[in-house]
Amino acid sequence: MHSSVTSLAAILGLGAVLLALPHALSFSQQEILVFLTINVLVVASYRLLTLTGEWSLGHVVIMGVGAYASALLSKRLGVYVPVSMLLGAVTAAMVALALSFPLFRMKGFYFLIGSFAAGEIIRLLWKRFRDPFGGPKGIKKIDPMPDFDIGIYAFDFFEPVSYYYLALAVVGVSLWIMWRIERSPVGLTFHAVHWQDRLAEASGVNVRAYRTLAFVLASGFAGLSGALLAHYIGTINPNSFDVEQMVFVLTWTIVGGTATFYGPILGCVVLTILNEIVLREAGFEQMRPLIYGLILILSVLFMPKGLESLVRGALSWQNARKKKVGETQATE
Amino acid sequence: MAPPVLEIDSLTMRFGGLTAIDRLSFKVERGAIHGLIGPNGAGKTTTFNVVSGFYEPTGGAVRLRGETISGLRMYEVARRGVVRTFQHSTLFAELSVLENALVGTHMSFPPNIFAAMAGVDKANRRAARARAEEALDFFGLSGLADELAGELPHGHQRALGMAVALAARPDVVLLDEPFTGMNPEETGRMMELMVKLRNTGVTILLVEHDMHAIMGLCDRITCMSFGRLLAEGNPQEIRHHPDVIEAYLGGARHVA
Repeated sequence: MHSSVTSLAAILGLGAVLLALPHALSFSQQEILVFLTINVLVVASYRLLTLTGEWSLGHVVIMGVGAYASALLSKRLGVYVPVSMLLGAVTAAMVALALSFPLFRMKGFYFLIGSFAAGEIIRLLWKRFRDPFGGPKGIKKIDPMPDFDIGIYAFDFFEPVSYYYLALAVVGVSLWIMWRIERSPVGLTFHAVHWQDRLAEASGVNVRAYRTLAFVLASGFAGLSGALLAHYIGTINPNSFDVEQMVFVLTWTIVGGTATFYGPILGCVVLTILNEIVLREAGFEQMRPLIYGLILILSVLFMPKGLESLVRGALSWQNARKKKVGETQATE
Repeated sequence: MAPPVLEIDSLTMRFGGLTAIDRLSFKVERGAIHGLIGPNGAGKTTTFNVVSGFYEPTGGAVRLRGETISGLRMYEVARRGVVRTFQHSTLFAELSVLENALVGTHMSFPPNIFAAMAGVDKANRRAARARAEEALDFFGLSGLADELAGELPHGHQRALGMAVALAARPDVVLLDEPFTGMNPEETGRMMELMVKLRNTGVTILLVEHDMHAIMGLCDRITCMSFGRLLAEGNPQEIRHHPDVIEAYLGGARHVA
Protein backbone atom coordinates (compact mmCIF):
# COMPACT_ATOMS: atom_id res chain seq x y z
CA MET A 1 0.00 0.00 0.00
CA HIS A 2 2.71 2.40 1.07
CA SER A 3 4.81 1.74 -2.04
CA SER A 4 1.85 2.33 -4.38
CA VAL A 5 1.29 5.71 -2.73
CA THR A 6 4.95 6.63 -3.18
CA SER A 7 4.96 5.52 -6.82
CA LEU A 8 1.77 7.49 -7.48
CA ALA A 9 3.39 10.54 -5.91
CA ALA A 10 6.50 9.96 -8.04
CA ILE A 11 4.41 9.78 -11.22
CA LEU A 12 2.48 12.96 -10.32
CA GLY A 13 5.74 14.72 -9.50
CA LEU A 14 7.30 13.64 -12.78
CA GLY A 15 4.19 14.81 -14.63
CA ALA A 16 4.38 18.22 -12.99
CA VAL A 17 8.06 18.56 -13.87
CA LEU A 18 7.40 17.55 -17.48
CA LEU A 19 4.57 20.07 -17.76
CA ALA A 20 6.63 22.90 -16.28
CA LEU A 21 9.85 21.99 -18.10
CA PRO A 22 9.42 23.88 -21.42
CA HIS A 23 8.90 27.18 -19.61
CA ALA A 24 12.42 26.94 -18.21
CA LEU A 25 13.98 26.47 -21.64
CA SER A 26 14.93 28.69 -24.56
CA PHE A 27 13.00 28.52 -27.83
CA SER A 28 15.56 26.33 -29.56
CA GLN A 29 15.76 24.06 -26.53
CA GLN A 30 11.98 23.75 -26.63
CA GLU A 31 12.28 22.49 -30.19
CA ILE A 32 14.85 19.94 -29.10
CA LEU A 33 12.48 18.91 -26.33
CA VAL A 34 9.77 18.10 -28.89
CA PHE A 35 12.18 15.93 -30.88
CA LEU A 36 13.33 14.28 -27.67
CA THR A 37 9.75 13.44 -26.70
CA ILE A 38 9.12 11.87 -30.10
CA ASN A 39 12.41 9.97 -29.93
CA VAL A 40 11.45 8.54 -26.54
CA LEU A 41 8.54 6.83 -28.28
CA VAL A 42 10.89 5.57 -31.01
CA VAL A 43 13.32 3.93 -28.57
CA ALA A 44 10.56 2.58 -26.31
CA SER A 45 8.89 0.95 -29.32
CA TYR A 46 12.29 -0.35 -30.43
CA ARG A 47 12.69 -2.06 -27.08
CA LEU A 48 9.27 -3.70 -27.52
CA LEU A 49 10.64 -5.22 -30.71
CA THR A 50 13.83 -6.41 -29.02
CA LEU A 51 11.81 -8.16 -26.28
CA THR A 52 11.52 -11.25 -28.49
CA GLY A 53 15.27 -11.14 -29.11
CA GLU A 54 15.30 -9.77 -32.65
CA TRP A 55 17.10 -6.52 -33.45
CA SER A 56 15.96 -4.69 -36.56
CA LEU A 57 17.79 -2.11 -38.66
CA GLY A 58 14.59 -1.04 -40.35
CA HIS A 59 12.83 0.53 -37.40
CA VAL A 60 13.44 4.14 -38.43
CA VAL A 61 12.21 3.39 -41.96
CA ILE A 62 9.03 1.93 -40.46
CA MET A 63 8.74 5.16 -38.50
CA GLY A 64 9.04 6.90 -41.88
CA VAL A 65 6.20 4.77 -43.25
CA GLY A 66 3.98 6.25 -40.55
CA ALA A 67 5.23 9.75 -41.39
CA TYR A 68 4.66 9.39 -45.14
CA ALA A 69 1.27 7.74 -44.71
CA SER A 70 -0.01 10.40 -42.32
CA ALA A 71 1.41 13.24 -44.45
CA LEU A 72 -0.11 11.90 -47.67
CA LEU A 73 -3.47 11.07 -46.13
CA SER A 74 -3.87 14.56 -44.72
CA LYS A 75 -2.45 16.37 -47.76
CA ARG A 76 -4.02 14.39 -50.60
CA LEU A 77 -7.22 13.09 -49.12
CA GLY A 78 -7.84 15.83 -46.60
CA VAL A 79 -8.04 13.45 -43.66
CA TYR A 80 -8.29 15.28 -40.33
CA VAL A 81 -4.72 15.33 -38.95
CA PRO A 82 -5.21 13.48 -35.64
CA VAL A 83 -7.02 10.74 -37.55
CA SER A 84 -4.32 10.59 -40.23
CA MET A 85 -1.71 10.17 -37.49
CA LEU A 86 -3.51 7.12 -36.16
CA LEU A 87 -3.93 5.81 -39.71
CA GLY A 88 -0.20 6.38 -40.21
CA ALA A 89 0.46 4.15 -37.22
CA VAL A 90 -1.89 1.52 -38.61
CA THR A 91 -0.18 1.70 -42.02
CA ALA A 92 3.24 1.18 -40.42
CA ALA A 93 1.87 -1.83 -38.53
CA MET A 94 0.39 -3.28 -41.74
CA VAL A 95 3.64 -2.80 -43.65
CA ALA A 96 5.45 -4.56 -40.80
CA LEU A 97 2.95 -7.41 -40.97
CA ALA A 98 3.64 -7.82 -44.69
CA LEU A 99 7.41 -7.65 -44.11
CA SER A 100 7.21 -10.22 -41.33
CA PHE A 101 6.52 -13.01 -43.82
CA PRO A 102 9.92 -12.86 -45.51
CA LEU A 103 11.81 -11.46 -42.50
CA PHE A 104 10.78 -14.01 -39.88
CA ARG A 105 12.14 -16.81 -41.98
CA MET A 106 15.40 -15.48 -40.50
CA LYS A 107 16.76 -15.11 -37.00
CA GLY A 108 19.50 -13.15 -35.26
CA PHE A 109 22.15 -11.67 -37.51
CA TYR A 110 20.31 -12.65 -40.69
CA PHE A 111 17.18 -10.91 -39.48
CA LEU A 112 19.26 -7.82 -38.78
CA ILE A 113 20.61 -7.72 -42.33
CA GLY A 114 17.24 -8.66 -43.82
CA SER A 115 15.51 -5.83 -41.97
CA PHE A 116 18.15 -3.39 -43.21
CA ALA A 117 17.59 -4.51 -46.81
CA ALA A 118 13.81 -4.28 -46.44
CA GLY A 119 14.15 -0.76 -45.05
CA GLU A 120 16.40 0.33 -47.92
CA ILE A 121 13.89 -1.04 -50.44
CA ILE A 122 11.16 1.09 -48.89
CA ARG A 123 13.43 4.14 -48.93
CA LEU A 124 14.28 3.55 -52.58
CA LEU A 125 10.59 3.33 -53.41
CA TRP A 126 10.10 6.76 -51.81
CA LYS A 127 12.98 8.13 -53.88
CA ARG A 128 11.97 6.48 -57.11
CA PHE A 129 8.27 7.36 -57.18
CA ARG A 130 7.73 11.11 -57.28
CA ASP A 131 4.05 10.45 -57.35
CA PRO A 132 2.89 10.11 -54.60
CA PHE A 133 6.06 10.14 -52.46
CA GLY A 134 7.70 13.25 -53.92
CA GLY A 135 10.97 11.58 -54.90
CA PRO A 136 14.25 12.57 -53.22
CA LYS A 137 12.79 15.91 -52.18
CA GLY A 138 10.06 14.24 -50.24
CA ILE A 139 6.85 15.88 -49.10
CA LYS A 140 6.67 19.53 -48.22
CA LYS A 141 4.08 21.72 -46.56
CA ILE A 142 2.55 18.89 -44.60
CA ASP A 143 -0.66 20.04 -42.92
CA PRO A 144 0.03 21.13 -39.37
CA MET A 145 -1.96 19.87 -36.45
CA PRO A 146 -5.11 22.03 -36.28
CA ASP A 147 -5.20 24.33 -33.27
CA PHE A 148 -7.76 23.64 -30.63
CA ASP A 149 -8.78 24.79 -27.20
CA ILE A 150 -9.45 22.52 -24.25
CA GLY A 151 -10.66 25.30 -21.95
CA ILE A 152 -7.68 25.41 -19.58
CA TYR A 153 -5.14 25.59 -22.39
CA ALA A 154 -5.34 26.84 -26.00
CA PHE A 155 -3.13 24.78 -28.33
CA ASP A 156 -1.33 26.90 -30.90
CA PHE A 157 0.78 24.52 -32.93
CA PHE A 158 3.18 27.12 -34.24
CA GLU A 159 4.49 27.15 -30.68
CA PRO A 160 6.83 24.29 -29.81
CA VAL A 161 5.40 24.27 -26.28
CA SER A 162 1.95 23.38 -27.57
CA TYR A 163 3.30 20.65 -29.79
CA TYR A 164 5.36 19.39 -26.88
CA TYR A 165 2.21 19.00 -24.77
CA LEU A 166 0.50 17.14 -27.59
CA ALA A 167 3.50 14.86 -28.09
CA LEU A 168 3.79 14.35 -24.34
CA ALA A 169 0.17 13.19 -24.14
CA VAL A 170 0.47 10.86 -27.16
CA VAL A 171 3.81 9.44 -26.01
CA GLY A 172 2.58 9.09 -22.43
CA VAL A 173 -0.45 7.07 -23.46
CA SER A 174 1.68 4.94 -25.82
CA LEU A 175 4.22 4.20 -23.11
CA TRP A 176 1.44 3.28 -20.72
CA ILE A 177 0.02 0.80 -23.26
CA MET A 178 3.46 -0.71 -23.90
CA TRP A 179 4.07 -1.00 -20.17
CA ARG A 180 0.78 -2.85 -19.71
CA ILE A 181 1.60 -5.21 -22.54
CA GLU A 182 5.01 -6.00 -21.12
CA ARG A 183 3.63 -6.64 -17.63
CA SER A 184 0.91 -8.97 -19.01
CA PRO A 185 1.14 -12.66 -19.89
CA VAL A 186 1.76 -11.50 -23.47
CA GLY A 187 4.93 -9.76 -22.29
CA LEU A 188 6.01 -12.86 -20.38
CA THR A 189 5.59 -14.87 -23.57
CA PHE A 190 7.77 -12.34 -25.43
CA HIS A 191 10.50 -12.87 -22.85
CA ALA A 192 10.08 -16.64 -23.09
CA VAL A 193 10.48 -16.51 -26.87
CA HIS A 194 13.60 -14.42 -26.40
CA TRP A 195 15.42 -16.59 -23.86
CA GLN A 196 14.51 -20.10 -25.05
CA ASP A 197 12.43 -20.28 -28.19
CA ARG A 198 12.56 -24.09 -28.28
CA LEU A 199 11.25 -24.50 -24.75
CA ALA A 200 8.62 -21.85 -25.41
CA GLU A 201 7.47 -23.74 -28.48
CA ALA A 202 7.39 -27.01 -26.54
CA SER A 203 5.07 -25.22 -24.10
CA GLY A 204 2.67 -24.56 -26.96
CA VAL A 205 3.77 -21.04 -27.86
CA ASN A 206 3.49 -20.18 -31.54
CA VAL A 207 6.92 -18.54 -31.61
CA ARG A 208 6.58 -17.08 -35.08
CA ALA A 209 3.23 -15.51 -34.26
CA TYR A 210 4.61 -13.88 -31.12
CA ARG A 211 7.67 -12.53 -32.95
CA THR A 212 5.30 -11.09 -35.55
CA LEU A 213 3.05 -9.61 -32.87
CA ALA A 214 5.96 -7.80 -31.20
CA PHE A 215 7.21 -6.56 -34.58
CA VAL A 216 3.78 -5.29 -35.65
CA LEU A 217 3.06 -3.56 -32.32
CA ALA A 218 6.48 -1.94 -32.19
CA SER A 219 6.10 -0.80 -35.78
CA GLY A 220 2.69 0.70 -35.07
CA PHE A 221 4.14 2.84 -32.26
CA ALA A 222 7.12 3.74 -34.44
CA GLY A 223 4.69 4.82 -37.18
CA LEU A 224 2.85 6.98 -34.66
CA SER A 225 6.10 8.68 -33.68
CA GLY A 226 6.88 9.25 -37.37
CA ALA A 227 3.48 10.87 -37.86
CA LEU A 228 4.10 13.12 -34.85
CA LEU A 229 7.41 14.14 -36.39
CA ALA A 230 5.98 14.78 -39.88
CA HIS A 231 3.26 17.14 -38.72
CA TYR A 232 5.73 19.01 -36.56
CA ILE A 233 8.56 19.66 -39.02
CA GLY A 234 6.25 19.92 -42.04
CA THR A 235 8.79 18.44 -44.48
CA ILE A 236 9.95 14.85 -44.77
CA ASN A 237 12.20 13.18 -47.29
CA PRO A 238 13.79 9.74 -47.63
CA ASN A 239 16.95 10.91 -45.89
CA SER A 240 15.03 11.88 -42.77
CA PHE A 241 14.80 8.15 -42.09
CA ASP A 242 18.18 6.87 -43.23
CA VAL A 243 20.59 4.56 -41.48
CA GLU A 244 22.27 7.44 -39.65
CA GLN A 245 19.04 7.98 -37.70
CA MET A 246 18.91 4.26 -37.08
CA VAL A 247 22.40 4.37 -35.59
CA PHE A 248 21.19 7.03 -33.16
CA VAL A 249 18.30 4.79 -32.09
CA LEU A 250 20.70 1.88 -31.66
CA THR A 251 23.16 3.87 -29.55
CA TRP A 252 20.41 5.26 -27.32
CA THR A 253 19.13 1.73 -26.80
CA ILE A 254 22.54 0.16 -26.21
CA VAL A 255 23.86 2.92 -23.93
CA GLY A 256 20.60 2.89 -21.96
CA GLY A 257 20.35 -0.90 -21.77
CA THR A 258 17.41 -3.12 -22.73
CA ALA A 259 16.85 -5.10 -19.53
CA THR A 260 14.34 -2.60 -18.18
CA PHE A 261 11.49 -0.62 -19.66
CA TYR A 262 13.14 2.70 -18.80
CA GLY A 263 16.67 1.78 -20.01
CA PRO A 264 16.40 2.94 -23.64
CA ILE A 265 14.38 6.01 -22.61
CA LEU A 266 17.13 6.91 -20.16
CA GLY A 267 19.74 6.43 -22.90
CA CYS A 268 17.80 8.66 -25.28
CA VAL A 269 17.25 11.44 -22.75
CA VAL A 270 20.77 11.47 -21.31
CA LEU A 271 22.55 11.33 -24.67
CA THR A 272 20.30 13.97 -26.21
CA ILE A 273 20.86 16.35 -23.31
CA LEU A 274 24.58 15.65 -23.48
CA ASN A 275 24.81 16.11 -27.23
CA GLU A 276 22.40 18.95 -27.86
CA ILE A 277 22.68 20.99 -24.70
CA VAL A 278 25.82 20.35 -22.68
CA LEU A 279 28.28 20.04 -25.57
CA ARG A 280 26.59 22.78 -27.58
CA GLU A 281 26.56 25.20 -24.65
CA ALA A 282 30.14 24.35 -23.78
CA GLY A 283 31.12 25.60 -27.22
CA PHE A 284 32.35 22.33 -28.70
CA GLU A 285 30.49 22.89 -31.96
CA GLN A 286 33.16 21.29 -34.22
CA MET A 287 34.27 18.67 -31.74
CA ARG A 288 30.77 17.51 -30.83
CA PRO A 289 30.68 14.26 -32.87
CA LEU A 290 34.16 13.37 -31.61
CA ILE A 291 33.30 13.83 -27.94
CA TYR A 292 29.93 12.14 -28.43
CA GLY A 293 31.68 9.14 -30.00
CA LEU A 294 34.21 9.03 -27.19
CA ILE A 295 31.46 9.01 -24.57
CA LEU A 296 29.76 6.14 -26.41
CA ILE A 297 32.94 4.05 -26.48
CA LEU A 298 33.69 4.72 -22.83
CA SER A 299 30.15 3.93 -21.72
CA VAL A 300 30.12 0.62 -23.60
CA LEU A 301 33.55 -0.26 -22.16
CA PHE A 302 32.82 0.66 -18.56
CA MET A 303 29.04 0.25 -18.45
CA PRO A 304 28.31 -2.80 -20.59
CA LYS A 305 24.91 -3.23 -18.96
CA GLY A 306 23.89 0.31 -19.76
CA LEU A 307 22.81 3.36 -17.82
CA GLU A 308 19.98 1.36 -16.30
CA SER A 309 22.55 -0.68 -14.36
CA LEU A 310 23.51 2.49 -12.48
CA VAL A 311 19.88 3.09 -11.52
CA ARG A 312 19.41 -0.51 -10.46
CA GLY A 313 22.61 -0.39 -8.44
CA ALA A 314 21.52 2.80 -6.69
CA LEU A 315 18.09 1.34 -5.92
CA SER A 316 19.46 -1.88 -4.44
CA TRP A 317 22.06 0.07 -2.45
CA GLN A 318 19.28 2.24 -1.03
CA ASN A 319 17.17 -0.82 -0.19
CA ALA A 320 20.11 -2.48 1.53
CA ARG A 321 20.76 0.69 3.53
CA LYS A 322 17.10 0.97 4.53
CA LYS A 323 17.20 -2.64 5.70
CA LYS A 324 20.38 -2.00 7.66
CA VAL A 325 18.92 1.10 9.31
CA GLY A 326 15.83 -0.94 10.20
CA GLU A 327 17.98 -3.67 11.73
CA THR A 328 20.09 -1.31 13.84
CA GLN A 329 16.94 0.42 15.05
CA ALA A 330 15.52 -2.96 15.96
CA THR A 331 18.62 -3.92 17.94
CA GLU A 332 18.63 -0.58 19.70
CA MET B 1 -7.56 -53.45 -24.55
CA ALA B 2 -7.49 -49.69 -24.78
CA PRO B 3 -5.78 -48.32 -27.90
CA PRO B 4 -2.22 -47.06 -27.38
CA VAL B 5 -2.00 -43.37 -26.61
CA LEU B 6 1.10 -42.99 -28.74
CA GLU B 7 1.97 -45.14 -31.72
CA ILE B 8 5.26 -44.92 -33.58
CA ASP B 9 4.73 -46.61 -36.93
CA SER B 10 7.76 -47.60 -39.09
CA LEU B 11 9.30 -44.19 -38.43
CA THR B 12 12.32 -43.28 -40.57
CA MET B 13 14.54 -40.23 -40.28
CA ARG B 14 17.45 -39.62 -42.63
CA PHE B 15 19.95 -36.78 -42.53
CA GLY B 16 21.60 -36.87 -45.95
CA GLY B 17 23.19 -40.30 -46.16
CA LEU B 18 22.81 -41.05 -42.45
CA THR B 19 19.78 -43.00 -41.36
CA ALA B 20 19.25 -41.98 -37.75
CA ILE B 21 15.99 -43.88 -37.33
CA ASP B 22 15.23 -46.91 -39.45
CA ARG B 23 11.62 -48.16 -39.60
CA LEU B 24 11.14 -47.94 -35.87
CA SER B 25 7.78 -49.09 -34.50
CA PHE B 26 6.52 -49.28 -30.95
CA LYS B 27 3.46 -48.38 -28.94
CA VAL B 28 3.07 -46.53 -25.67
CA GLU B 29 0.10 -47.59 -23.55
CA ARG B 30 -1.98 -45.05 -21.70
CA GLY B 31 -0.81 -44.43 -18.15
CA ALA B 32 2.47 -46.29 -18.62
CA ILE B 33 6.01 -45.26 -17.83
CA HIS B 34 7.73 -46.28 -21.01
CA GLY B 35 11.52 -46.23 -21.31
CA LEU B 36 13.49 -45.72 -24.49
CA ILE B 37 17.05 -46.98 -24.13
CA GLY B 38 19.99 -47.83 -26.31
CA PRO B 39 23.71 -47.20 -26.66
CA ASN B 40 24.97 -43.73 -27.58
CA GLY B 41 23.96 -42.74 -31.09
CA ALA B 42 21.11 -45.22 -31.25
CA GLY B 43 18.68 -42.47 -32.27
CA LYS B 44 16.75 -41.99 -29.02
CA THR B 45 16.90 -38.21 -28.93
CA THR B 46 16.20 -38.04 -32.67
CA THR B 47 13.08 -40.13 -32.02
CA PHE B 48 12.06 -37.61 -29.36
CA ASN B 49 12.68 -34.75 -31.74
CA VAL B 50 10.46 -36.35 -34.36
CA VAL B 51 7.67 -37.23 -31.92
CA SER B 52 7.66 -33.72 -30.45
CA GLY B 53 7.57 -32.11 -33.88
CA PHE B 54 11.06 -30.64 -33.90
CA TYR B 55 11.89 -32.69 -37.01
CA GLU B 56 9.61 -33.82 -39.76
CA PRO B 57 10.20 -37.55 -40.37
CA THR B 58 11.45 -38.85 -43.73
CA GLY B 59 8.99 -41.71 -43.57
CA GLY B 60 6.44 -43.40 -41.34
CA ALA B 61 4.13 -41.76 -38.87
CA VAL B 62 3.57 -40.86 -35.24
CA ARG B 63 -0.01 -41.20 -34.09
CA LEU B 64 -1.56 -39.77 -30.97
CA ARG B 65 -4.83 -41.55 -30.08
CA GLY B 66 -5.04 -42.57 -33.75
CA GLU B 67 -4.44 -39.06 -35.14
CA THR B 68 -1.26 -38.54 -37.16
CA ILE B 69 0.86 -35.84 -35.49
CA SER B 70 4.16 -36.30 -37.32
CA GLY B 71 4.95 -33.31 -39.52
CA LEU B 72 3.10 -30.88 -37.26
CA ARG B 73 5.03 -27.99 -35.73
CA MET B 74 6.25 -28.39 -32.17
CA TYR B 75 3.65 -26.04 -30.67
CA GLU B 76 0.89 -27.84 -32.55
CA VAL B 77 2.03 -31.16 -31.13
CA ALA B 78 2.14 -29.57 -27.68
CA ARG B 79 -1.41 -28.28 -28.09
CA ARG B 80 -2.57 -31.85 -28.73
CA GLY B 81 -1.22 -32.85 -25.33
CA VAL B 82 2.34 -34.06 -25.94
CA VAL B 83 4.83 -31.93 -24.01
CA ARG B 84 8.55 -32.54 -23.85
CA THR B 85 11.51 -31.56 -21.71
CA PHE B 86 15.02 -31.10 -23.02
CA GLN B 87 18.42 -32.55 -22.28
CA HIS B 88 20.57 -30.47 -19.96
CA SER B 89 18.86 -27.68 -18.09
CA THR B 90 16.96 -25.91 -20.82
CA LEU B 91 15.04 -23.25 -18.94
CA PHE B 92 14.28 -19.56 -19.13
CA ALA B 93 17.35 -18.84 -17.03
CA GLU B 94 16.74 -15.08 -16.83
CA LEU B 95 13.15 -15.46 -15.62
CA SER B 96 12.04 -16.36 -12.11
CA VAL B 97 11.03 -19.90 -11.19
CA LEU B 98 7.36 -18.90 -11.03
CA GLU B 99 7.56 -17.17 -14.42
CA ASN B 100 9.05 -20.33 -15.92
CA ALA B 101 6.06 -22.31 -14.71
CA LEU B 102 3.71 -19.57 -15.94
CA VAL B 103 5.04 -20.02 -19.48
CA GLY B 104 4.01 -23.65 -19.09
CA THR B 105 0.41 -22.57 -18.55
CA HIS B 106 0.39 -20.81 -21.92
CA MET B 107 -1.86 -23.36 -23.63
CA SER B 108 -4.46 -23.59 -20.89
CA PHE B 109 -4.65 -19.82 -20.42
CA PRO B 110 -3.74 -18.26 -23.76
CA PRO B 111 -2.83 -14.59 -23.27
CA ASN B 112 -5.07 -12.05 -24.95
CA ILE B 113 -3.43 -8.74 -25.71
CA PHE B 114 -6.64 -6.70 -25.78
CA ALA B 115 -7.85 -8.13 -22.49
CA ALA B 116 -4.40 -7.45 -21.04
CA MET B 117 -4.45 -3.79 -22.12
CA ALA B 118 -7.98 -3.29 -20.82
CA GLY B 119 -7.07 -5.10 -17.61
CA VAL B 120 -10.01 -7.54 -17.86
CA ASP B 121 -7.93 -10.75 -17.72
CA LYS B 122 -7.46 -10.82 -13.95
CA ALA B 123 -9.35 -14.09 -13.45
CA ASN B 124 -7.32 -15.73 -16.19
CA ARG B 125 -4.06 -14.50 -14.67
CA ARG B 126 -5.05 -15.73 -11.22
CA ALA B 127 -5.97 -19.16 -12.56
CA ALA B 128 -2.70 -19.39 -14.49
CA ARG B 129 -0.79 -18.45 -11.37
CA ALA B 130 -2.62 -21.04 -9.29
CA ARG B 131 -1.81 -23.69 -11.90
CA ALA B 132 1.85 -22.67 -11.99
CA GLU B 133 2.12 -22.72 -8.19
CA GLU B 134 0.49 -26.14 -8.13
CA ALA B 135 3.09 -27.47 -10.58
CA LEU B 136 5.93 -25.97 -8.53
CA ASP B 137 4.44 -27.46 -5.38
CA PHE B 138 4.31 -30.91 -7.00
CA PHE B 139 8.06 -30.81 -7.55
CA GLY B 140 8.80 -29.21 -4.18
CA LEU B 141 9.87 -25.86 -5.64
CA SER B 142 7.32 -23.60 -3.94
CA GLY B 143 9.87 -21.99 -1.66
CA LEU B 144 12.01 -20.98 -4.63
CA ALA B 145 9.30 -19.26 -6.69
CA ASP B 146 11.05 -15.88 -6.74
CA GLU B 147 14.57 -17.15 -7.45
CA LEU B 148 16.05 -16.77 -10.92
CA ALA B 149 15.85 -20.13 -12.70
CA GLY B 150 19.45 -19.86 -13.88
CA GLU B 151 20.71 -19.60 -10.30
CA LEU B 152 19.10 -22.82 -9.02
CA PRO B 153 21.20 -25.88 -8.26
CA HIS B 154 21.25 -28.49 -10.99
CA GLY B 155 18.77 -30.92 -9.43
CA HIS B 156 16.22 -28.17 -8.92
CA GLN B 157 16.69 -27.01 -12.50
CA ARG B 158 15.79 -30.48 -13.77
CA ALA B 159 12.75 -30.51 -11.52
CA LEU B 160 11.74 -27.08 -12.78
CA GLY B 161 11.98 -28.30 -16.38
CA MET B 162 9.44 -30.96 -15.47
CA ALA B 163 7.28 -28.46 -13.58
CA VAL B 164 7.08 -26.32 -16.73
CA ALA B 165 5.91 -29.38 -18.64
CA LEU B 166 3.44 -30.36 -15.91
CA ALA B 167 1.95 -26.86 -15.79
CA ALA B 168 0.75 -27.52 -19.33
CA ARG B 169 -1.37 -30.45 -18.06
CA PRO B 170 -0.11 -32.84 -20.73
CA ASP B 171 -1.50 -36.27 -21.59
CA VAL B 172 1.95 -37.48 -22.55
CA VAL B 173 5.29 -36.13 -21.35
CA LEU B 174 8.54 -36.87 -23.12
CA LEU B 175 11.44 -36.65 -20.69
CA ASP B 176 14.87 -36.45 -22.29
CA GLU B 177 17.48 -37.81 -19.84
CA PRO B 178 15.85 -36.45 -16.68
CA PHE B 179 18.39 -38.07 -14.34
CA THR B 180 21.60 -36.82 -15.97
CA GLY B 181 23.98 -35.30 -13.47
CA MET B 182 21.89 -36.24 -10.43
CA ASN B 183 23.31 -38.00 -7.41
CA PRO B 184 21.62 -41.26 -6.30
CA GLU B 185 19.62 -39.47 -3.64
CA GLU B 186 18.23 -36.92 -6.10
CA THR B 187 17.54 -39.69 -8.61
CA GLY B 188 15.57 -41.59 -5.99
CA ARG B 189 13.47 -38.55 -5.18
CA MET B 190 12.87 -37.85 -8.87
CA MET B 191 11.76 -41.46 -9.43
CA GLU B 192 9.16 -41.11 -6.68
CA LEU B 193 7.88 -37.91 -8.30
CA MET B 194 7.56 -39.65 -11.65
CA VAL B 195 5.50 -42.46 -10.18
CA LYS B 196 3.35 -39.81 -8.51
CA LEU B 197 3.00 -38.03 -11.84
CA ARG B 198 2.01 -41.24 -13.60
CA ASN B 199 -0.58 -41.90 -10.91
CA THR B 200 -2.28 -38.61 -11.83
CA GLY B 201 -2.97 -40.14 -15.24
CA VAL B 202 -0.03 -38.80 -17.26
CA THR B 203 1.70 -41.14 -19.69
CA ILE B 204 5.49 -40.85 -19.53
CA LEU B 205 7.98 -41.69 -22.26
CA LEU B 206 11.56 -41.23 -21.16
CA VAL B 207 15.01 -41.54 -22.62
CA GLU B 208 17.60 -42.36 -20.00
CA HIS B 209 21.03 -43.86 -19.52
CA ASP B 210 20.72 -44.56 -15.81
CA MET B 211 19.87 -48.28 -15.95
CA HIS B 212 19.05 -48.46 -12.26
CA ALA B 213 16.41 -45.77 -12.69
CA ILE B 214 15.06 -47.22 -15.92
CA MET B 215 14.73 -50.73 -14.56
CA GLY B 216 13.15 -49.56 -11.34
CA LEU B 217 10.70 -47.19 -12.95
CA CYS B 218 9.49 -48.46 -16.30
CA ASP B 219 6.50 -50.66 -17.01
CA ARG B 220 7.80 -51.27 -20.48
CA ILE B 221 11.08 -50.66 -22.24
CA THR B 222 11.98 -50.24 -25.90
CA CYS B 223 15.65 -50.74 -26.73
CA MET B 224 17.11 -49.21 -29.89
CA SER B 225 20.43 -49.74 -31.60
CA PHE B 226 21.66 -47.97 -34.74
CA GLY B 227 18.22 -46.48 -35.33
CA ARG B 228 16.41 -49.82 -35.23
CA LEU B 229 14.21 -51.56 -32.76
CA LEU B 230 16.34 -54.10 -30.92
CA ALA B 231 14.04 -55.44 -28.26
CA GLU B 232 10.93 -54.60 -26.36
CA GLY B 233 9.52 -55.90 -23.13
CA ASN B 234 9.25 -55.38 -19.41
CA PRO B 235 12.41 -54.64 -17.40
CA GLN B 236 13.01 -58.33 -16.60
CA GLU B 237 12.83 -59.35 -20.26
CA ILE B 238 15.07 -56.49 -21.37
CA ARG B 239 17.64 -57.18 -18.69
CA HIS B 240 18.10 -60.74 -19.88
CA HIS B 241 17.61 -60.16 -23.60
CA PRO B 242 20.74 -61.42 -25.39
CA ASP B 243 20.60 -58.75 -28.12
CA VAL B 244 20.41 -55.96 -25.54
CA ILE B 245 23.35 -57.37 -23.61
CA GLU B 246 25.33 -57.63 -26.83
CA ALA B 247 24.48 -54.08 -27.89
CA TYR B 248 25.62 -52.71 -24.55
CA LEU B 249 28.61 -54.93 -23.90
CA GLY B 250 29.61 -55.73 -27.46
CA GLY B 251 29.77 -59.44 -28.31
CA ALA B 252 28.93 -60.54 -24.80
CA ARG B 253 27.11 -63.53 -26.21
CA HIS B 254 30.32 -65.06 -27.51
CA VAL B 255 32.21 -64.37 -24.33
CA ALA B 256 29.54 -66.06 -22.24
